[in-house]
Amino acid sequence: MTEQLKMDEVQPRLLDETGQGAITRPMDRPEGALKVSGRATYAAEYKAANMAYGVMVRAAITRGSYTVDEASVKDMEGFLGVWTDHMIRNSAQGTMNTNPVQPGLNIQYFGQPIAVVAAETFEQARHIAHALRIDYTSEEGFEVDPETASQVDESVPVDQGDLDRAMADAAFTVDATYTTKPHNSAPMEPHASLAEWDGERLTLHGSYQMLKYNRNELADSLGMDAANVRILSPYVGGGFGSKLGIAPEAIGAAVAAKALKRPVRCVLARQQVFQMVVRRTETRQRLRLAADADGRLTGVGHDNWQSNLPDEQFAEPVTAATHFLYGGENRRNAQSVARLNRMASGSVRAPGEAVGMLALENAMDELAEATGIDPIELRIRNIPEIHPESGKQYSSRSLAQCLKEGAEAFGWQDRQAPKARREGEWFVGMGVASAARTNILMESKARVTLNPDGTALVETDMTDIGTGTYAILCQIAAEMLGLDPSKVTVMLGDTDLPPASGSGGSWGAASSGSSVFLGAKAIRARLAERLGCAPEALRLQDGVATGGNNRRPLAELMDGPLVEEGHIQPGSKSDEMAQASYGAHFAEVAVNSVTGEVRVRRTLSCMAAGRILNEKTAASQVHGGMVWGIGSALHEGVEHDHRTGHVVNDDLAEYHIPVHLDAPRHDVLFIEERDDHANPVQAKGIGELGISGAGAAVTNAIYNACGVRVRDYPATPDKIFPHL
Amino acid sequence: MRPFDYVRAETTSDALRADGRIIAGGTNLLDLMKLEVETPERLIDVTRLDLREIEAQENSLRIGALVPNSDLAADERVRRDYPVLSRALLAGASGQLRNKATTGGNLMQRTRCPYFYDTAQPCNKREPGTGCQAREGFNRILAILGTSDKCIATHPSDMAVAMRVLDARIEIESPSGETRLLTLDEFYLLPGDTPERETVLEPGELITAVHLPEPPKGRQAYRKVRDRASYAFALVSVGAAVNVEGGKITDAALAFGGLGPRPWRDAGVEEVLIGETPSAAVFDKAADVLLRDARGFGANDFKIPLTRRVLKAVLSELTGVAQ
Amino acid sequence: MKITLSVNGEGRSLDVDPRTSLLDALRDHLDLTGSKKGCDHGQCGACTALVNGRRINSCLTLAVMHEGDEITTIEGLGEPGALSPLQKAFVRHDGYQCGYCTPGQIVSAKGMIAEFSNGWPSHVSEDLEAVPDFSEAEIKERMSGNLCRCSAYPGICAAIRDAAPDEGLGEREAAE
Repeated sequence: MTEQLKMDEVQPRLLDETGQGAITRPMDRPEGALKVSGRATYAAEYKAANMAYGVMVRAAITRGSYTVDEASVKDMEGFLGVWTDHMIRNSAQGTMNTNPVQPGLNIQYFGQPIAVVAAETFEQARHIAHALRIDYTSEEGFEVDPETASQVDESVPVDQGDLDRAMADAAFTVDATYTTKPHNSAPMEPHASLAEWDGERLTLHGSYQMLKYNRNELADSLGMDAANVRILSPYVGGGFGSKLGIAPEAIGAAVAAKALKRPVRCVLARQQVFQMVVRRTETRQRLRLAADADGRLTGVGHDNWQSNLPDEQFAEPVTAATHFLYGGENRRNAQSVARLNRMASGSVRAPGEAVGMLALENAMDELAEATGIDPIELRIRNIPEIHPESGKQYSSRSLAQCLKEGAEAFGWQDRQAPKARREGEWFVGMGVASAARTNILMESKARVTLNPDGTALVETDMTDIGTGTYAILCQIAAEMLGLDPSKVTVMLGDTDLPPASGSGGSWGAASSGSSVFLGAKAIRARLAERLGCAPEALRLQDGVATGGNNRRPLAELMDGPLVEEGHIQPGSKSDEMAQASYGAHFAEVAVNSVTGEVRVRRTLSCMAAGRILNEKTAASQVHGGMVWGIGSALHEGVEHDHRTGHVVNDDLAEYHIPVHLDAPRHDVLFIEERDDHANPVQAKGIGELGISGAGAAVTNAIYNACGVRVRDYPATPDKIFPHL
Repeated sequence: MRPFDYVRAETTSDALRADGRIIAGGTNLLDLMKLEVETPERLIDVTRLDLREIEAQENSLRIGALVPNSDLAADERVRRDYPVLSRALLAGASGQLRNKATTGGNLMQRTRCPYFYDTAQPCNKREPGTGCQAREGFNRILAILGTSDKCIATHPSDMAVAMRVLDARIEIESPSGETRLLTLDEFYLLPGDTPERETVLEPGELITAVHLPEPPKGRQAYRKVRDRASYAFALVSVGAAVNVEGGKITDAALAFGGLGPRPWRDAGVEEVLIGETPSAAVFDKAADVLLRDARGFGANDFKIPLTRRVLKAVLSELTGVAQ
Repeated sequence: MKITLSVNGEGRSLDVDPRTSLLDALRDHLDLTGSKKGCDHGQCGACTALVNGRRINSCLTLAVMHEGDEITTIEGLGEPGALSPLQKAFVRHDGYQCGYCTPGQIVSAKGMIAEFSNGWPSHVSEDLEAVPDFSEAEIKERMSGNLCRCSAYPGICAAIRDAAPDEGLGEREAAE
């Protein structure tokens, strides 16, 4: 049976009634012992009998066509084959559900995957891939510079009132341009696939975030029926957007395995992760803020320039939070996407907010400076009553509380004027930024089984990319079924299981969690029936059912397993209400007066994301967001060569993600909140909320420390010391 | 990685007799071999040789070529008498890499120039005559001193900067059994027209030790500026030993990382300082001399003013005189 | 080439291509996939193993160079049901998310605690000659060779501090 719910109505807060005490508490991850002992198995760690090794080959020109010279390598030791069939130009975009661009023997950027070679051993395959001769026919006329691109897709999604007039009439204005460099997701596990064919059926052990879409993307890319594809990703070594869509190595492994009639494993080299998956676009953003004498916004303009390959539908939603975070009746956003011969742009953690809020929250800091109003007060003053563009009501929104309680806990009152606080060579200052991330509900299914022995099983093709899915689905099932979480097993990451929302867009926990909730709710109804009470009167705790005047252990109520499927679908609530998670980030930084080096000393995030399903894993998500914020604020940036467009810093030595010493103390506070409009578990997304605005708190703190306003991210020492 | 013959040397004479590329810690060589930037046909594994001792000799220290970076940094004599060396080592790489990387191997590190690392890019160092893509490319981490039309690579070592401050000498054994001692100045070549030649080491020669002479007088410091707080190559680094007596600088040795194709030392800088009363003006004059021929290539222009600032800060720290 | 390694206390003979890294030997030849390949160039630390008690990047060394060496991987530190103090602390403090860098973090921490106990200084030690404090800054600097993109750094640091006394912190090893 299937319990379906379309989210058209506010749902009762059943998880506040159940009383098992499993939900919200900071439970350890159930898969923890496997992870810390090296027994959790990631994609490249499956072995198949007679497995061959595949290695991808990249294009070494920017534009043109090519052929591979098989003769150049066919006598090399271990050589099994080289193929160019079905190559995808770049990873599929998130939720794309179809094949990405397949350019045949054409090259559209330097680094594009153009072939796969296979050999008996990894060492042989790696060398053959290097030795393979490619005959190129280069074409002139490619473009790699976003500032001079000839093909630019322009749009003006928002044009409300008269922003120019508002700017002219304002008591205070900010008109500033900010730039951000491209980012790479850089998950610790490179993209990896092991493909095995059984006749026309393909099984792929992969490292993917959204299996139901990935299955269709893979099938479509290979020109086969998706029903014949099974993908397994029980453990995913980080994704951050880069594993949303099927990636080149999956195609390479599948093509080689089919041709060889033997299993093939293909893992991207770290450099290839930088070159041929997706990056976050660079952005140029012009922020215009118009405010009255009291600092109330009368106009907000947020224009952005970005780039992507031709024929990619994805554009970074830079203004995602700008639409609804602050008021102001005159509003304008324009977007320009330059079409370039550079690696594809796609989703990297919090597409939109991650870079859009750097600029927006810096501009608010500049406005605070201009008006002389405390940055926290200025933000609170500009929280709109209704969505300033759509006029919709907001669902739960604790932004003001986050700002106030965060400020209190952080010691914001000790903040001083720029350059006022100095410790030896170091200027010290504080910064704040709001956090906001749109909340989304996606269709998701899960099967829940309750056994008479008081154990339960949750099954769904949902993934856990480190976000805590195993833990929170376990907790929701335990809470609903009245079981200790240790009695609940969660099976994930297999397209043979009911299709879930997948991990991305911060919708995974609430969407897949709702499906588990619904499946368990259906089981509750059946137990209530057997106990002879109304479902509302049923109480399940520690394996015992109570209802009406009856109290029976589960074993006595059940003659076999109860199996129910939960199915959540977004409904009218998604359109009726403006739904988002909110928060406030605080940072204290020290800036070296000699070198311009920045060290973040301590940070705090106060977050409101509806019901927190697991305080421990949720806090870890916020930790991650803050550290990502620090990385984007201070040192992350992909460099493209200005002649070829290729990624120059294509490894972890020169693309500087934060290390331990970059990550300071980070306190996380959660505001108690329920979002009744969001979904039946009243939770909102938190995975990307943590990065939204975080970097701006850091750069605002740099300004407060030393009086240098860095508008060109990242704020490396060379952008700071010349001004000190 | 290209196939190669692997030979394990049990003695130094084994190593000298075998014709091939020496591997010890391998942390840079294997990195480059995986990318086929380096393609040796034979590897001579010297890790079993008896070159792991740090021996005190008369007023000096002889450091075996196979002493790991971490042991050298932790050695109590080095910490006490040559702190600039401990500091430089500890500012480099990671705990794991320092455990593996050796004293000799560290000196032989190759540049981190991203065009050198990518075999799809022309590079005069990797493939002489193909051109330098870095000059007009992304050159943020590359050199401002000692460059040539052919190459603007930087030497990435922190350790070698400190060795240069300390007037270390490299002990080299040749296949004929001769031993020679070279200063780092003599050891490293400037790129000129042959950037593929980085040192005077001849085929078959083996670095067997590094000799540190008597510790320099005065105070020592190593300061490194990098893009993140740890585990990153230097944008600019300054190693220094300075002695002040009677209000005057009597001794000064300064070397720089991140600026040139070899750990950089310029006697002119020290001449400006020695005999002077430390002051901001004197420090500036030292920077003027150091940077008189400095040239940026766009993305690395900032290194010129940054070097001045760091040099002055280090001199200020060591002399106790405000900048 | 035929070689014999001692891995987690057990002699293992294997026949490898001289090009095979120690990491690939562990993962592909000995099925010890706990050591992870994150970059294959010594830039992330996910492959950290102990060789003769010292932490190294197993990706940047050849298996054939380790004939006779004692190698300890994450699998040798503990297993579900019998986790080491560090492993337990990582679970308790949520010192991971996706789990991919985790074995490397734990093995590295094990090696780092031994280095600390031997009195080794670090880049952040104020005084090179003093016995360093087991402070947060010291732990973070010494662990900076282990990247974690999920950025579980706060939990990792807390776990290491918590477990260190049970992992031999302060027990100075006899000089080699």
